[in-house]
Amino acid sequence: MSASAERQRPDGQQRAEQQAAEQHETWPLWEVFIRSSRGLSHVHAGSLHAPDAVMAVRNARDLYTRRGEGVSVWVVPSSAITASDVDARDAFFESAEGKEFRHATYYTASEGVPHL
Amino acid sequence: MRHTNRAISTAVSAETIERELEEGLDRPSDAVARYALGLGDDALILAQRLGEWIAHAPELEEDVALGNIGLDLLGHARSFLTYAGSAWGLGEDDLAYFRDEHEFRNQQLFERPNGDFAHTIARQLFASVYFDALYRRLTSSADATLAAIAAKALKEVEYHVDHSVQWVRRLGLGTDVSHVRMQAGLDAMWPFVDELFRPDPSAAGLEGVAVPPEELRDPFDRTVPAVIAEAGLRVPDIPAARGGGRDGMHTEAFGHLLAEMQVLARQHPGATW
Repeated sequence: MSASAERQRPDGQQRAEQQAAEQHETWPLWEVFIRSSRGLSHVHAGSLHAPDAVMAVRNARDLYTRRGEGVSVWVVPSSAITASDVDARDAFFESAEGKEFRHATYYTASEGVPHL
Repeated sequence: MRHTNRAISTAVSAETIERELEEGLDRPSDAVARYALGLGDDALILAQRLGEWIAHAPELEEDVALGNIGLDLLGHARSFLTYAGSAWGLGEDDLAYFRDEHEFRNQQLFERPNGDFAHTIARQLFASVYFDALYRRLTSSADATLAAIAAKALKEVEYHVDHSVQWVRRLGLGTDVSHVRMQAGLDAMWPFVDELFRPDPSAAGLEGVAVPPEELRDPFDRTVPAVIAEAGLRVPDIPAARGGGRDGMHTEAFGHLLAEMQVLARQHPGATW
């Protein structure tokens, strides 16, 4: 709702009712994870709206497995996911930067070591 | 029925049937073709109705679900019509786009207007349970092609049943408004259920090939009233409509459906897309 529209409608009760109606009309969001026939783990495929978990699995089947992509589907309420802060990613992932010695390719094989 | 080529069994489609026919698969007799035509028309017309929901469903996800079911049905229709048409030297498009109202053999339930979402779900529940019972029996048809089409369709129809059962339950047990609308949908579609189980002249005389519709009433009655009761709704007690779809008699709404379905093919004959 725009600021001007809010000014035209000072009635707080009316606004609360409208917000409730808007919430009512939107199904909750679910995150979809699909395991392909050759995959070992479920991979995030996308998200969708559904009224409940049972319908979310069915909607996921329709939206994300139409071309035989999957043998197993998980759905998770998006609200159940706690995520890292995208804006703070520089600081959050800083300690991993500049530490090439954590990668195997950093090291050279010593002479005389067979089968490495 | 004897078939020179029985390779037709897995993932059957209009294209595979067309190829098998070219490679020597027996064409159906006139009687079998007329039976297949009725089954094809049922699926085709319901597919067209479900297509009308695209971009109009309550939610994007449901738009896709109804569209998917419609496309499944279109696939069944194409297989039946391709097979039926081969008896008369006609292709699936000739049958779908260049027949007039009285030449269509679909039963009237499938042409009923969509109404609101609950009307569509009621029609879909009745239709899916009927298809499920029919195809389950048709898989053991003596006609290998009909059996193969039924086997492919059955897997898809099982999901269609589940989809409509889930929705009947949610609308029936949902809000006061959804409950009233779901009951109204059941009431509106109920008069057209009886026709599905009346003796079908095109199935008569095809013992072992066709499934007598009257034998499908039992599986329907074992499923649908339970679904309705479980959703807190009541099984309608409304007299049956006149019917006659298998004889080419249709309701007023059918002409509008056909006009929309056929206009492009008739204005641009031979066009491909």
